[in-house]
Amino acid sequence: MAADTTAARSIVKMKVDEDKIKTLSPHLLMAYSGEPGDTVQFAEYVERNIRLYQIRNLYALRPSAAASWIRRSLAESLRSRRPYSVNLLLGGYDTATHDPHLYWIDYLGTISEVPFAAHGYGSYFALSLLDRGPLEEGLATLKRCIDEVSKRLVVSPGNYKIKVVDKDGVREVEL
Amino acid sequence: MSIMDHNGGSVIAMVGKDCVAIASDLRLGNQALGISSNFQRIFPVTDRIYLGLPGLATDVATLHERLRFRLNMYTIKEEREIEPETFAHLVSSTLYEHRFGPYFIEPVMAGMSKTPSGGLKPFIAATDLIGCLNFAKDFVVAGTASSKLYGVAEGLWEPDLEPEDLFETISQTLMNAVDRDAFSGWGGIVHVITKDKVITRTLKARMD
Repeated sequence: MAADTTAARSIVKMKVDEDKIKTLSPHLLMAYSGEPGDTVQFAEYVERNIRLYQIRNLYALRPSAAASWIRRSLAESLRSRRPYSVNLLLGGYDTATHDPHLYWIDYLGTISEVPFAAHGYGSYFALSLLDRGPLEEGLATLKRCIDEVSKRLVVSPGNYKIKVVDKDGVREVEL
Repeated sequence: MSIMDHNGGSVIAMVGKDCVAIASDLRLGNQALGISSNFQRIFPVTDRIYLGLPGLATDVATLHERLRFRLNMYTIKEEREIEPETFAHLVSSTLYEHRFGPYFIEPVMAGMSKTPSGGLKPFIAATDLIGCLNFAKDFVVAGTASSKLYGVAEGLWEPDLEPEDLFETISQTLMNAVDRDAFSGWGGIVHVITKDKVITRTLKARMD
């Protein structure tokens, strides 16, 4: 899972080392983008609730359950006075069934389990590349996506943070 | 432009001889951008009722959860399985409860309902997004390709089709209609419900 590290306001880069991927539990990652303010507020709300579940029940939510809970939060928020506008990618490793999951979730509460996904302007390049790219060579293909966005997107961000989740848990990698 | 067309997708249901069929495409999009080619919008309700939910994808999930809850409450209270006619009214009232802030879904139902003599007869129905029921005798359509589905179904459907012929009719209707619609397509799925079984098949369709 990769996200750029730029926090911009209008045309100005305010910060170049912002981490936009939260570790929700030992085997669960959430990348988020959207309205500044809403993103961090909602991500922290999710993070704390997932943690609370873990403390109460002594085991973590599985990726599918966490995805359903997050989707529901967004769907309820959508029909409130001021909805969160946050788009998410949720990636996790299910330690019970030993398989990886990736969920594409948008601010409306739309959810879909997919083999690969992207949000934002870069998605147009990344998705069409991934339609053909070899998904088995995960990190190499991911690098090609980032390179393509850097090459073709007018407002391409400089730095990316890349995190991997597998049976051993979460780790950050450099490309 | 409309919120009903935001994610795309279409559903159709047809009546045959002692069988019904319901079919849908598998596309989930974000306006013109395709997100998933395996988005299920038809759900089993009981062993012989299937429900299709074309429209806004967030409401597909929300309405499915809500109907599952109300259906479980019904099944527990009544201590029996729901009949398709009753289920259609359950869907209708669930949607009308949100008359002035609706779920953007136009449900399509297909099932086999019990007759007084103990037999089973085919049943299909559809509603609009605020729950106005349409009990048709031949076929019902909904979704972004609904206008095309009407045209093709009108030309291909005939009364008293056997399960295999009904499968062919509904599959051809669906595929030819969604191929003319930019927001539907990317694969399809068909369920044929007969007296004693349900046949589910995925369709290999155009992926452009």
